[in-house]
Amino acid sequence: MIWLLCLLIGALASASVWLMLSRNLVKFLFGLVLVSNVANLVIIVGGGFTPLSPALIGGANAVMANALPQALVLTAIVIGFGLIAFVLVLAVGTYRVFDTVDMDAIRFAEPVDEPRIVDPEQVDDGVRS
Amino acid sequence: MSWLLVACLMTPLVTAAASFVAPKGGSQRATVATCGSVLLVLLAGLLLWQVAGSGVLSAQMGGWAAPFGISLVADPLAALLLFVSAAVTLAIALFAADDVDQARSDAGFHGFVQVVLTGVVGALLTGDVFNLYVWFEVMLIGSFALMTLGADRVQLDGAIKYIALNLVATVLLLTAIGLLHGMAGTLNLADLHRVMAERPDDGMSTVVATFFLVAFGIKAALFPVFAWLPAAYHTVPITVAALFAALMTKIGVYSLLRVGSLVFTGEMADMHLLLTGAGLATLVIGLAGAIAEQRMRRLLAWHVMVSVGILLLGVALGTEAALAAAFLYFVHGMLAKAALFMVIGMAERHGAGERMDEVGGLQRLSPWLAAAFLFSALSLIGLPPTPGFWAKLAYVKAGLDAGSVVLVVAVLLAGLLSFLPLMRLWNEMFWKAAPTPASTDEALAALTRKPGAAPLRQPMRAATIPAGMVCGLGGLTLLSVLIGLAPASLYALAADASATVIDPAPYLQAVLGEAPSDLSTDPSITETRP
Repeated sequence: MIWLLCLLIGALASASVWLMLSRNLVKFLFGLVLVSNVANLVIIVGGGFTPLSPALIGGANAVMANALPQALVLTAIVIGFGLIAFVLVLAVGTYRVFDTVDMDAIRFAEPVDEPRIVDPEQVDDGVRS
Repeated sequence: MSWLLVACLMTPLVTAAASFVAPKGGSQRATVATCGSVLLVLLAGLLLWQVAGSGVLSAQMGGWAAPFGISLVADPLAALLLFVSAAVTLAIALFAADDVDQARSDAGFHGFVQVVLTGVVGALLTGDVFNLYVWFEVMLIGSFALMTLGADRVQLDGAIKYIALNLVATVLLLTAIGLLHGMAGTLNLADLHRVMAERPDDGMSTVVATFFLVAFGIKAALFPVFAWLPAAYHTVPITVAALFAALMTKIGVYSLLRVGSLVFTGEMADMHLLLTGAGLATLVIGLAGAIAEQRMRRLLAWHVMVSVGILLLGVALGTEAALAAAFLYFVHGMLAKAALFMVIGMAERHGAGERMDEVGGLQRLSPWLAAAFLFSALSLIGLPPTPGFWAKLAYVKAGLDAGSVVLVVAVLLAGLLSFLPLMRLWNEMFWKAAPTPASTDEALAALTRKPGAAPLRQPMRAATIPAGMVCGLGGLTLLSVLIGLAPASLYALAADASATVIDPAPYLQAVLGEAPSDLSTDPSITETRP
């Protein structure tokens, strides 16, 4: 059972890396959503995965799942949910402002410097008048 | 005294909440934030005094004994950085009270600064690695809000890159914690120290350590993963830039050192070369960016990386003297960077544009501003009698004692080469005559050819700087001057802090509550790194 989860983690991780390498912001965010779930699965598997036995329930001799990874994952899911909701709203805002989701086209913070040679004709035509 | 730890953590949190519900439209929100910052400085000072006097303090949350519950721990390093962070944030809160516009203030700006501070305090004080992740998230969501409040196009562009790359770091951190928990079965840092020391080395710990290194490396803007920093730091309001430059990357380096020294003692030694290389590369890239840059804010943003590189070199060397030097550098870097960003903010009040050819003559307009700039800039360069000089002196001595030529040469050259961008900034901002209207027209002509050109610039002029901004910058500079004149007590604190990092026996005893007799004889723990 655990190898199935491991394969799933591998598949999801590769898919998310592929998505995150895209310069399309929406694809990147989908990758981010996927990879944060990969992290949650890693915690569950790493904490000792015991199928069919719940945490904290059972007698003294029953096999019980480790409750700590479940608590960690619960925390991580809540935090991840909040952050991803924020980023998705930000992505909508970005699309509204820039009218594109191509990250290579959004270069307002780091503009490619044009050579600063002032064209005399332009100055005469426009600004100096 | 364990209530003090909780009080330090609760103060910014309660302040943030109080600031969010304070009435809009006036200065009440800023006042609440400033009062909370003052309280935190007092509490952090008390904590530092306690820790310096009687050793490591710890508190177990909810009364659960150490490895099972969440511990808060204040060792000398955490207490020192907590005090400096609180002091810098107080200066920034004073500065922000007068600098931030009403719309941002009403949207909760001052509250979000306190949220970031809550995350910083939590990350400094926590003794639990998952809790560290949670505080990083608190810091992150506060910084996201600060970056995007009232965003224009440029700010939004910087924010989306900052947020995207920091979220990747967060996921890596979470994965690393999951793997570490699976490997060691505990999350308490002190307990992890014990478990990892007894664990046979099977290569798995190296993998997990690498995950942590990359995650904290992104937070700290280390060499291959730094791209978010120069993309984002110059786009935000100047108060936010000062806050981020002073705190965020430093917390990344702190966490790297904390987890590295407590959990991955052997791996840190193995990664000595890697860390040194990353530190050097960060240093070189930061310097190159700063030297090539024409925009004032971006120049300072690049220079943040120089500080990170120097800090990492000290951490990589890892001897007691090198760590003490790094802690001095932590303090000096936080104060100087925040002060320089504040100077830029004030220069903009005098009519400065973002490029260096849109500024000048500030020495005549505001001599005190020139003095404040010069002191912090010389501190970053490392000339006496600034705190930066003492930090560099400690670095060079530590490097010579450990026989590390690379560290000595790198730190001295970094100081020398920092002269170029910072003194260019000084020449352009202060000594040069204010730009004449003709040259401004030319600049405008060049600008109007681009879409979305900047609005018409006003000439440099005398301006009344609000009292809060002056107090913020003045306070930081005064603290720097005091440290520069009397560095001995700070160095004693830094040496104390590095002794606890090198030999964490007091830390373990404070958290786990028993004398770790079997551990203190273990040579793998007390040995100093090469």
